[in-house]
Amino acid sequence: MAQRYSSFDKGGRMWLLQRVTAAFLLVVLAFHFFLLHFVHHADEVSFLMSAGRMETMSYYSLMVLFLLTATFHGVNGVYNALVNQGLTGTKRTVIKWTLVAASVVLILQGIRTANAWAGIPLY
Amino acid sequence: MSQSYNRGLIEDFSRWREFEAGMWAWIFHKFTGWVLIGYLFTHIAVLSTAIPASGAETAVLQAGNDVYTQTIVSLEGLLLVRVLEVGLLAVAVFHMLNGARLLLVDLGVGLESQDKSFYASLVLTGAITVASVPTFIAGAF
Repeated sequence: MAQRYSSFDKGGRMWLLQRVTAAFLLVVLAFHFFLLHFVHHADEVSFLMSAGRMETMSYYSLMVLFLLTATFHGVNGVYNALVNQGLTGTKRTVIKWTLVAASVVLILQGIRTANAWAGIPLY
Repeated sequence: MSQSYNRGLIEDFSRWREFEAGMWAWIFHKFTGWVLIGYLFTHIAVLSTAIPASGAETAVLQAGNDVYTQTIVSLEGLLLVRVLEVGLLAVAVFHMLNGARLLLVDLGVGLESQDKSFYASLVLTGAITVASVPTFIAGAF
């Protein structure tokens, strides 16, 4: 019988989401690095140039989706790592909800920042 | 049937001589993952200076004297930050390449070449990182 090498439950929604976000992030993170370090250079950054990019709806949407997927993938990865290390019971529940709260704060702050550049008055 | 492996604690460093390629891949993927999520929180915190900057006068923004531009330019002026950025690139590239390898393994592709693909991830990470140094360090001196 074929052996599976993953420690995650097969068929689990979180297992699948972790991999779907991974595939998306592979492409978008490469694009992000390429655009902001090789096309533009980090030391030439200015508010107006960042705003110019973020005012384009396609770029804004891509960056918000990037933020959502990166936060999910990263925080879920941390949670999986801790569970792998033997996190159980009440500690597991407390850490899970702390991570959820941290994710919400990160996403809200990221969207506020994107809105500040895009000129969307929701920040 | 799915099966979980008890890999023991990675903090038990005395075990490192027993590790094979797959274990190193697992450890490096975990380590780079921790670095990347830590960086994501820091990154958003630094970029958040755009929120107060957005209230600045147009002339201030055009001159680059707003808090966001000043924060980024000051940080990028530090050699330490530039070196850390190269480190971040190395960490991100390894996590991406090894992650792509893991996706293939999960799909059952290349199961026989798992060791080779891990070594390839390491070599490619090194090559991309070294090739990127001039771009990342440009203007730091």
